[in-house]
Amino acid sequence: MEFLLQLVISGLVVGSIYSLVGLGFVIIYKSSSILNFAQGEFLMLGAYVCLAIFATHRVPFLAAFALTLLFSVLLGVLMERVLLRPMIGEPVISVIMLTLGLASVLRAVVQGFWGTDTRPYPEIFPTTPVRIGPLPVSQGYLYSVASVVLLLALFSVFFKYSRAGIAMRATAFSQQVALSMGISVKRIFALAWSIAAVVSAVGGVLLGGIRGGVDGAFALFGLKVIPVVILGGLDSVAGAIVGGLIMGVLENLAGGYLDPLLGGGVKEVAPFIALVAILAVKPYGLFGKVKIERV
Amino acid sequence: MRCGDFRQTYAADMAIFETSFARRLLLLFFAVLLVVPAFASSFWLDVLNRILIAVVAATGLNILTGFTGQISLGNAAFLAVGAYTTAVLAGRLGLPFPVVIPVAGVVTALVGMVFGVPSLRLKGLYLAVATLAAHFVIEFTITHWESMTGGVNGISVPAAQLGPLVLEGDRRLYYLALPLTAGLLLFAKNLFRTKVGKAFVAIRDQDISAEVMGVHVFRYKLLSFGVSSFYVGVAGALLGYQARIISPENFPITLAIDYLGMIIIGGMGSILGSIFGAVFITLLPELLRLAVGPLSSSFPQLTTLFASLKMGVFGLAIVLFLVFEPDGMAARWHTIKNYWKLYPFSY
Repeated sequence: MEFLLQLVISGLVVGSIYSLVGLGFVIIYKSSSILNFAQGEFLMLGAYVCLAIFATHRVPFLAAFALTLLFSVLLGVLMERVLLRPMIGEPVISVIMLTLGLASVLRAVVQGFWGTDTRPYPEIFPTTPVRIGPLPVSQGYLYSVASVVLLLALFSVFFKYSRAGIAMRATAFSQQVALSMGISVKRIFALAWSIAAVVSAVGGVLLGGIRGGVDGAFALFGLKVIPVVILGGLDSVAGAIVGGLIMGVLENLAGGYLDPLLGGGVKEVAPFIALVAILAVKPYGLFGKVKIERV
Repeated sequence: MRCGDFRQTYAADMAIFETSFARRLLLLFFAVLLVVPAFASSFWLDVLNRILIAVVAATGLNILTGFTGQISLGNAAFLAVGAYTTAVLAGRLGLPFPVVIPVAGVVTALVGMVFGVPSLRLKGLYLAVATLAAHFVIEFTITHWESMTGGVNGISVPAAQLGPLVLEGDRRLYYLALPLTAGLLLFAKNLFRTKVGKAFVAIRDQDISAEVMGVHVFRYKLLSFGVSSFYVGVAGALLGYQARIISPENFPITLAIDYLGMIIIGGMGSILGSIFGAVFITLLPELLRLAVGPLSSSFPQLTTLFASLKMGVFGLAIVLFLVFEPDGMAARWHTIKNYWKLYPFSY
């Protein structure tokens, strides 16, 4: 029982990071119909940049974190302006390859600057664990879950009430109609990429804090998150959050219970097996908008 | 002197070679390729073989992605299926290569068709995601089916052999890979002059229209997965024969991205493009290494940075091609060729 609870809790924590990265995915997909395979690299870059600012310039952690977010905003705008704009009207495969190429470049930049070794992360969370029921839970876990909940609330309000949020939903619904209503679709795209970079950077910093170190494996989150967004529905913010938590728990349970039977590695492949099942049964996910098109 | 493209019959329009001069030139090129090993060092022979393997695999992927419009991120896994089939057939059963290579192709084709079934319902992004899942599922299977595949330790492949003939080393393997590649390229080129190939292109351009015109979309999509995977499987077999030891590490997801990069840079929906792309992407790290070599004495940190440099240049090449030449090297080649063909009387 305790083993199960432990698995569920650590699953929820990893799941909350998945949710953050998934949120970035969904926001980009929602506004511009692009599946961003470089999302994991955004996460890795965010974690490294925050570490670099914190460690080399001796600023307080929160200031370093704020600077990282600023950096992410600029990165998102730059990506949109330089790379995505020429891609308007190109086939899906070109856009996918563009994000894959971008991922490769970002990974190279990170490796070039910081090497491939694991870098220790500063202790950003208090180390004393909190007891929830019978289980000791580290505070970092609680912070990461709390920040995910906060961001979810923030984005729900943003999409529902703010001018920019409504404009983004309009753009997602129909770019032409949005344009004719005086919405700058280009600016919306830039905003979407910035938000995606920011939430990924938050995820990266949280992950670095939880794991106590950062390395190139962080980029794998970008691929791991794909089953999450498919489960939740590619165009649903709530779906990304729910999907992330479910997938985190699922992979932990699969790893915990099936690894001894199958000899390891189940944790990595379980989300993808789930992905195949989801695509076969409910390709538009839990909350995705169903597009009926028969061939 | 030519001053335009005149084709008065359908046969002329469909011809593979526009002029007999082009055919002779190609034969000459093939003859040059045949004598190259006599002069090449073992390093360049290795590179040449890897280029040939990449050409076959990229052509296969181009049939599926470039001509039929089905995005696949699973080709590294299919390559692994071909290579492992070779390892088992040649290593365990001791079969000769004329049997092993086609069987590896067919086995891979079957596996590819199984993972092509989702294409019945899924398109575009969703299919890309499904094939990505296929990659991880196949990788997991290979790693864990230790009795057959040797797990993470890998498995050794004997040299390609047929009776007393043993194709040991790159020089001998080259004479197997070169005709095989040429034959497969010719087949692919011809495929798109047939009903089947036209059906593939119709599905890519607009699947609903294709269905309306009487193309059985699902059947042809599956067939495309089959043909494409056959090519990738043959490439995998050659890869196994060349590498001699294969393990799951030889087939990471980045390899699948490399192959997609080849057809993007070379040109999607173009056999010539597959060749250009495969040559470009395979040569890129080698040329980089040659460029870095002399510089490393003055910049010693370059050697440690080489891996990231390679990755960065690869990514940059893809991004730059997509932004500035989305139709790839093949399109640029045609532009240049046409300019000179009609020079100076182009109108």
